[in-house]
Amino acid sequence: MTAALINVLIFPGLLFLFVLSLIGEYYDRKLYARMQNRMGPPWFQPVADFIKLLSKELIIPANADARIFKVLPLVACISTIVAYLYIPLFSNNSLLPFNGDIIFVLYMLTLPTLSYALAGWYSRSPYSLVGTMRVLTQLFAYEVPLFMAVLAPAILASSWSFQEVISFYGNSWLWLVNIPAFAVAIVTLQGKLEKVPFDIPEAETEIVAGVFTEYTGPLYAYFRLAMNMQTIVGASLVAAVFFPFGFGTCVLLNFVIYLLKIAFIIFLLALMRTLFARLRIDQMLVFCWKYLAPVALLQITINIIIKAWF
Amino acid sequence: MTKRIVIPVGPQHPALKEPASFDVTLQGERVADILVKVGYNHRGIEKGCEGRPYLHCVYLLERVCGICSHSHSTCFIQAVEEVANVKIPERAAYIRSIFGELERIHSHLLWLGVAAHEIGFDTLLMYSWRDREVVMDLLALLAGNRVNYAVNVIGGVRKDITEEEKEQILKAVDILEERTKYYIQVATEEVSFIERLSKVGYISYEDALRLGAVGPTGRASGIKRDVRKDDPYAAYEEVEFNVITDDHCDVYGRAVVRVKELMEAYSIIRQLIKKLPQTALAVNVPKNIPAGEAVARYEAPRGEDIHYLKSNGTDKPDRVKLRAPTLANVQSVAKMLENGNFADVPIVIAAIDPCFSCTDRMIVASNDLLSAKENRMTWKQLREFSIDWYKKNKGVDFSKIKKLGK
Repeated sequence: MTAALINVLIFPGLLFLFVLSLIGEYYDRKLYARMQNRMGPPWFQPVADFIKLLSKELIIPANADARIFKVLPLVACISTIVAYLYIPLFSNNSLLPFNGDIIFVLYMLTLPTLSYALAGWYSRSPYSLVGTMRVLTQLFAYEVPLFMAVLAPAILASSWSFQEVISFYGNSWLWLVNIPAFAVAIVTLQGKLEKVPFDIPEAETEIVAGVFTEYTGPLYAYFRLAMNMQTIVGASLVAAVFFPFGFGTCVLLNFVIYLLKIAFIIFLLALMRTLFARLRIDQMLVFCWKYLAPVALLQITINIIIKAWF
Repeated sequence: MTKRIVIPVGPQHPALKEPASFDVTLQGERVADILVKVGYNHRGIEKGCEGRPYLHCVYLLERVCGICSHSHSTCFIQAVEEVANVKIPERAAYIRSIFGELERIHSHLLWLGVAAHEIGFDTLLMYSWRDREVVMDLLALLAGNRVNYAVNVIGGVRKDITEEEKEQILKAVDILEERTKYYIQVATEEVSFIERLSKVGYISYEDALRLGAVGPTGRASGIKRDVRKDDPYAAYEEVEFNVITDDHCDVYGRAVVRVKELMEAYSIIRQLIKKLPQTALAVNVPKNIPAGEAVARYEAPRGEDIHYLKSNGTDKPDRVKLRAPTLANVQSVAKMLENGNFADVPIVIAAIDPCFSCTDRMIVASNDLLSAKENRMTWKQLREFSIDWYKKNKGVDFSKIKKLGK
């Protein structure tokens, strides 16, 4: 019981994820800044931002539904943390493995997005409403390619559980087959995290802060935290599925390899943020369905053929 | 979807650097209607000029706008010099042109960054503003200030350009040219940049003419008008340059025109530096300016700037009226946004490079004036009146000039 509680609250649950997400935010911001020829923030900036936001006054709009308005940031945080508990990080096993946990994690990662949409809807401000429409439209654009891309390696392994996928690839080089799906997963993950070029739902020059426009103080801090944790959880998910190696006997080495994996994925995300301009929502839809979905389908086809072969 | 939402873009909004209001009525993501309101930044500068001596007016008008400060002060001084019938020394004219072109460079680089920010391309914003520092430092070196250079005095300029400074200018221009070539490459090759800008904010040649678009906005629709060429002032008669036009008629065209104008500006500066004549810097102009009126035109980075001056023989102007380029361009924004995407609203507004502090005036519509029919003139009557006026007073016959457009 105590061990389970420690696992959930401290390691690798709440506290560890919290610290890692702040480090991840710093790393992401620093990379982004250096690539743009800027100094970037000092290492404690994410912590300082979090504490500052917590200490600010909480304003709830008169038109908003106060109860739902307050609950939604916590829903976003909790569902992200729950998703994290089911991803194998530095052993080939997660805390609570069961058959079908890949699907479960993907669904738990959809919940924060839905809570963002509801947050915008219940804020009742014009910017938030447009933001809500965009969050949902974008969800329909990236969700299907993301699911297909993440499940493609699992199809090759004939299992929907992380444990079996990882043991299937074992120490072979077969995971290299999944590189196209990895590319699709990275691009759609960017859409899920709502960063440039897919930061359409919170495009600041159009709709101020999108769904978060009316959020202030602690509640906004939790939304930001959820977003940062989502970056880590998303990167961990992609790492577990696409880089199924580095699960040796030395735990410390495994841990370092895990950090390197997510650092690499966050680097790719930051690189994408640097290189592109924001797309329009219609361009985003066309891009996801016209290019990403066929690539993901192609990967699934390839994997099915390979499976028949062996 | 039939429900419409009104999204207020402004008076305070992250997309706007200055207060102005655009109430956008949305149908889904489409713009159904747009209501433009300006006037949040009125400071009474025209009235302020009436109570001040001419030299003070120059300082005041230089502060009309933070970006085209040299444009406004030069334009006003040109009007004063026309009334006073003063010919400025050649070197002064050259120095005014050099500052004018440096100002165009920093304004266009600023615009490039702002436009990139509006489409969420912050990397280009950081890069172009970093490079803009080169020209800002150069201006600080030449005039002592980054923004309000205050080089103009009535009858010439106050600040010379020495041999060492010439070298500094040429060196900076070389660096900037290198960088601008890179931006031209970005503008013509970067896919997401082109995707976001082309076919956005379309305004045809005819519409641009009818709505009176000026500067890069008009030139991007193929209107070949540039005061530097059509009605040369300062030293522009002495240099060779092209008036850049483009036939894309959209935001992409406006970006291309501005970036190519940067290249022209470098060439103009090089020619001016090379030819800089050795004369005095300024001539003395009496404190009291004789009675009269004058209109001066100046090609500011954003388009044609017009200053009207009426003097009464004292040391203070009777009336100063300025028409900033944004006022001419802002009319076309509503047309550009017709049936557009909401996501394109910020970039279309930004594409005319609006400057609301230049534009905002107080307008008093008197009921008596509106009800008196005989005081109102149609466009045709106004045209005939102006042709008559020029025939009588200036001896010029404009009746043969064809009306442009439809």
